[in-house]
Amino acid sequence: MALPKLKSDATEARLAALSLPEAPGWTRAARDAALDRLRAMGLPARRDEYWKYTRPDSLTAVDVTPAAIFTATDEAPIFSSIDRLRIVFVDGVFDAEASDDLDLAGVRIERLAEAQAADLHWARDVYGVLEQRGQTPVERPLAALNTAFATDGVLIHVSGKVEKPIQFVYYHNSTTSDAILHHCIKLDAGADLTLLENGPAAARFNKVMEVEIADGARFAHVRAQGRDHERRAATHIFARLGAESVFKSFTLTANGVMTRNECVIELTGDDAVAHVAGAAVGDGDFHHDDTVFITHDAERCESRQVFKKVLRNGATGVFQGKILVKAGAQKTDGYQISQSLLLDDNSQFLAKPELEIYADDVACSHGSTSGAIDETALFYLRTRGVPEGAATDLLTLAFLAEAVEEIDDEPLRDEIVARLTGWLERRRG
Amino acid sequence: MLEINNLHVELEEEGKAILKGLSLKVGAGEVHAIMGPNGSGKSTLSYVLSGRDGYAVTEGSATLDGTDLLDLEPEERAAAGLFLAFQYPVEIPGVGNMTFLRTAVNAQRKARGQEELSAAEFLKVIREKAKALQIDADMLKRPVNVGFSGGEKKRNEILQMAMLEPKMCILDETDSGLDVDAMKLVADGVNALRSEGRSFLVITHYQRLLDHIKPDVVHILSNGKIVKTGGPELALEVENNGYAEFLEEA
Repeated sequence: MALPKLKSDATEARLAALSLPEAPGWTRAARDAALDRLRAMGLPARRDEYWKYTRPDSLTAVDVTPAAIFTATDEAPIFSSIDRLRIVFVDGVFDAEASDDLDLAGVRIERLAEAQAADLHWARDVYGVLEQRGQTPVERPLAALNTAFATDGVLIHVSGKVEKPIQFVYYHNSTTSDAILHHCIKLDAGADLTLLENGPAAARFNKVMEVEIADGARFAHVRAQGRDHERRAATHIFARLGAESVFKSFTLTANGVMTRNECVIELTGDDAVAHVAGAAVGDGDFHHDDTVFITHDAERCESRQVFKKVLRNGATGVFQGKILVKAGAQKTDGYQISQSLLLDDNSQFLAKPELEIYADDVACSHGSTSGAIDETALFYLRTRGVPEGAATDLLTLAFLAEAVEEIDDEPLRDEIVARLTGWLERRRG
Repeated sequence: MLEINNLHVELEEEGKAILKGLSLKVGAGEVHAIMGPNGSGKSTLSYVLSGRDGYAVTEGSATLDGTDLLDLEPEERAAAGLFLAFQYPVEIPGVGNMTFLRTAVNAQRKARGQEELSAAEFLKVIREKAKALQIDADMLKRPVNVGFSGGEKKRNEILQMAMLEPKMCILDETDSGLDVDAMKLVADGVNALRSEGRSFLVITHYQRLLDHIKPDVVHILSNGKIVKTGGPELALEVENNGYAEFLEEA
């Protein structure tokens, strides 16, 4: 079916402003195919069902809405206490100076922009492949756009246990930067990697991360988005899990006028485990959208989605989460919870939890709630001498705890809690 | 210490008068008991003094060492030295008991211009005080009051009192829901805190708590007013004859 003219025009206008890399090497086929897909589906528009709660305009427009550069001078960079390998991008451009040496035992790290020049590469089986699989049953045009036009990214092949986490740090240095990065991560059987991500990245940021996890491998991901307020970002994670593998992703978000984080997970091997969690603190014109799609296509797999948002002064939170259990995915254990704490009457939380189940021996549960702060608990804390603002923060942290506890690694969890506590304190002034 | 004068309070929403001219004076180091039947205004008194929303003071005053309590936020009253042990201690999922106590202690120290306690100093003090109340390490780690038994919740209230070292303690039906042993434990905790500079207002339905926490003065509250004040023997009188005779006097 042909696209409506409006949509097709908008898509072509955006495409005209983008250019494919000159020497795409082995990525050429994937990029061409992604471009075809994108033309066929068109960029997301206001009336698309999947974008009902989030206006895609600023993410798809030809021009970037300028974003002020935010530099935190009042806190140490996050994950500072963790021994890690840093890979730095400034407005989507790799910064070799600021990055650490990319040599690390058990892992091979390359830049997409350099590695794509080769004729053959392992990432050929990942790049655009998982993204394409994630396009059904729901279209994700911004991810297709990314595959076609990504200017750089990191390719990580993990063959063993990596001794320290790898961190992607994204700096923002130009008020109108428009960055498109595409990462591919492949974990061999039994491999183990922890990936950290943080930083404002660009005025507009489109990022895709494809993660192929072989049998028995483990991938942990901890991301911090904030405190740059004018950020507009559309991010996608596409993960495919083999038997007995583990995928865990946690995102902390504060600020951002437009953030859409999509996570698409396919459990293809028996006994695999996938947990996706997010804690978000929003204020004013904050708009944050978590969209998750988990497909169970093997037996005895476990999936968990835990998303918590604290909203005030007119902030908006969105959650669209789906668990699809295919026929034959018996003994599936699926859990999904999305909750918001609304600190005033102006803020809103829009949730669309979905279950679609074709197997007959599964346990799936989901819940979604919005509520105000517990006045009785607040009073109790105040009678003990805790001032109202601090008491509210304490209850806020308590509310977010279930999501934060999804981080298994204690030092990383402590980093996130400390960051969150600091942000809340500063906000209180 | 605590001076309440002709206090009139009504429920904000319904405009219903609950306290109708209550006056009371608790001196330093004294233990006063307030007894009264259901609906006499006992809990309202404790909530109004601690600053809960929903109550309107239409007349009268309440001061703590000369400071007007009614003008202060709940946390300011706490910093001024007021403590309310709740009849129904509130459960706060996600907030560890220890974190809660340390936040509270340090918030009050800060408000009073004292230096905050370090984690190590705090730990040392709390371990000692918790031990006396038979509160184990597990209870300190768990979220505030979540999954605590009735007795554990009340012991936790007393632990907070011991940590915060208030000068004026209000105990709102602290005996409710306690068996004899638990009551004794709680009472021992309270008695250990009795001192010249610390006063207590023990609100209770029954006389039995007063066997363990010996009051200096007993007041009978009925229909929003103190109708009789006497010594400990007054509590026994209530125990034997009920409240009926006082209600008639009112």
